Amino acid sequence: MNSPLLETSSDAPTPAPVVISAKDVSKRFVVRKDNALKERLVTMGKLGRQHRQEFWALRDIDITIEAGTTVGLIGHNGSGKSTLLKVIGGIIQPTTGTVSRRGRMAALLELGAGFHPDLTGRENVFLNASILGLTRKETEDRFDDILSFSGIGDFIDTQVKFYSSGMYVRLAFSVAVHTEPDVLLVDEVLAVGDEAFQRKCLDKIRSFQEEGRTIILVSHSLGQVTELCDRAILLNRGEIEFDGNAHQAVTAFRNILEERRVEEAAAASPDVVVHEGHVLGATVHAVGKAIGDPVLPGDDLRIVMTFDHDDKLNDWIGALQIDNASGQVVYGTKNSLMDVRLPPLSGPVSLEYIIHNVTFGSGKYFVNASLLDSALRHVHDMPQACTFNVPFYPLATGTVHAEPTLRVLDAAAHQASAV
Amino acid sequence: MTASKDSPDARTARFRRLASVPLDTIGSRSRPLAGAWTSIREIGDQKEMLGLLVRRDLKARYKDSALGFLWSLIRPITQLIIYYVVVGKFLGAARGIPDFAIYIFTGLTAYTLFSEIVASSTASIIGNAGLIKKIYLPREIFPLASVGSASFNFLIQLAILVVAAVVVGSQPLSLDLLYFFPSVMVLLVYATALGLLMSALNVYLRDVQYLIEVALMVLMWASPIVYTWSMVRDILGNGILLNIYTSNPITLSVLGFQQAFWTAGEGTPFPDNLLLRLAVTLVVGVVLLFVSQRVFSRLQGNFAQEL
Repeated sequence: MNSPLLETSSDAPTPAPVVISAKDVSKRFVVRKDNALKERLVTMGKLGRQHRQEFWALRDIDITIEAGTTVGLIGHNGSGKSTLLKVIGGIIQPTTGTVSRRGRMAALLELGAGFHPDLTGRENVFLNASILGLTRKETEDRFDDILSFSGIGDFIDTQVKFYSSGMYVRLAFSVAVHTEPDVLLVDEVLAVGDEAFQRKCLDKIRSFQEEGRTIILVSHSLGQVTELCDRAILLNRGEIEFDGNAHQAVTAFRNILEERRVEEAAAASPDVVVHEGHVLGATVHAVGKAIGDPVLPGDDLRIVMTFDHDDKLNDWIGALQIDNASGQVVYGTKNSLMDVRLPPLSGPVSLEYIIHNVTFGSGKYFVNASLLDSALRHVHDMPQACTFNVPFYPLATGTVHAEPTLRVLDAAAHQASAV
Repeated sequence: MTASKDSPDARTARFRRLASVPLDTIGSRSRPLAGAWTSIREIGDQKEMLGLLVRRDLKARYKDSALGFLWSLIRPITQLIIYYVVVGKFLGAARGIPDFAIYIFTGLTAYTLFSEIVASSTASIIGNAGLIKKIYLPREIFPLASVGSASFNFLIQLAILVVAAVVVGSQPLSLDLLYFFPSVMVLLVYATALGLLMSALNVYLRDVQYLIEVALMVLMWASPIVYTWSMVRDILGNGILLNIYTSNPITLSVLGFQQAFWTAGEGTPFPDNLLLRLAVTLVVGVVLLFVSQRVFSRLQGNFAQEL
């Protein structure tokens, strides 16, 4: 999975030429609420302005992409990443600014880029390959490869409208990767298709990277972005928020998501039903540091959770759980595991947990606080009650921090020593 | 697939090749003449694509029907029979027009080419929304593919017309046949110009396709297909009104077709200088085609988001 990227563009013997360059690109969308001639005539002029809504999907985007890099475009829904991809692909013209590119480009935007439902898979392969710039002869030469990669089999002579969405994408992806593109644009299509096919796609993307092709991909799977991309561009409300190392971009994106979540939670909080017993809140910080400071490997983590009960709860448990950003449980503990009995809960009580010598890997972590009764029933949970960050560590990935070292062994000597 | 040990070479070779290619700026055409030239060149690069799209249009149209291509014959023949029986016999138009069936079919063939191009290219951009939203192609290709598939149907109809004219007509081969070429050029140029313009406008205002349906109906009855030009002259007189009526490019083309194929109408009156009129109309049409291409390329920048 996590093969180290031994080759980066800077190591290549030939300096990588620029394949895409966008200068001051902005895109304004005008949304009209009236679409028929009658309505348009009725609401012409000044009144018409009220029926128009403008927004900037992209603002002053400046990027240069060198050949051989894999760039991820990330951002929440509506941040403009798909629009940017379409502008790069020439499908949408920017309102201002210019985009220049060189080399052959293939785009895989949404489902089945340009299949005609009434034609068979075979006919669509030829049509689609021609759209992507292949001659009939070239397509014929590659047809067997395309077919075997897609795994469509005998369905190739069936009309495409009878295909499942997975088959659709498999065939489209297969055609696109066999057109020998210098630049491949991929928008969120890898999510479709079964796991085996996804693996095949990822392998193909890897070999594309080795062959020095450029890939620009839009993905909501942040894991995929950190795994595949050597650069990521984070967009927020149409502007570039961060451009650089994929891991750092993903961390920055998670911070934005967290801010939004807190805002939304704050807006929604008046509606929260008060349970009989509840978690009032929690804080987390490294011992000796302020709340919000990054937690370094080797720090002691101090988590304080406050619980309350309207009535009285005799045997109760205050549990904590730490999740990473993808929701995976990284750590959890509770007083029952530590053989500590708590006094009855009849008013606000705070528990202080100290977790010694933590070695979390880089990323964002969430603390969930739970109040349980003696039968281990959850009385009240406060998911993501507080968060902390572990700074980016360039030498390793994953949820555990540990320092790696490396030396090259002579294979013969190694075997001898093993015996 | 490239073996991985070759890949550094493949990588270097690719970088070298890419470095030698100039950076192309996407879609910026400032000067109208150069812009039109770029568009024409781009479309020229996609000839094969255009052929495939035409074939797709033709194939997809009758894909799941048992009679398939026969349908493209059944429609005009039915039309012919209706006009022949109802207008010719019941309403008595056939009495004044020799070889009335050939006469009608000649006009219908010419008019159908025009109407089919305009109607199908108007719908072409919306019909190909799936492609346009996902892939960059010179968008003129879609209306042009409609022109291609309409022309194919036209050729079938033309073949029937020629066979019928040979069977019925006394002297099928004459110099008058040459009228066919300027007439068909005028039809193609005007239909393409109108089709390009309307296909782009239709994206922004869906009313256009209904407007076109109505306009095509009017145009059919505004040209001498089921009646003759001399009937119009008898009513309008030789003044400006007749001139306006005759200057309609479809009327001129229909008249040109009739000169070419309707040999029985030797003695019936035709407007003077038909060939000159066709030539002037053709020149005007080429200018219109240029203008509508410019409008199209101005509007096409926002297609992907408006669809």
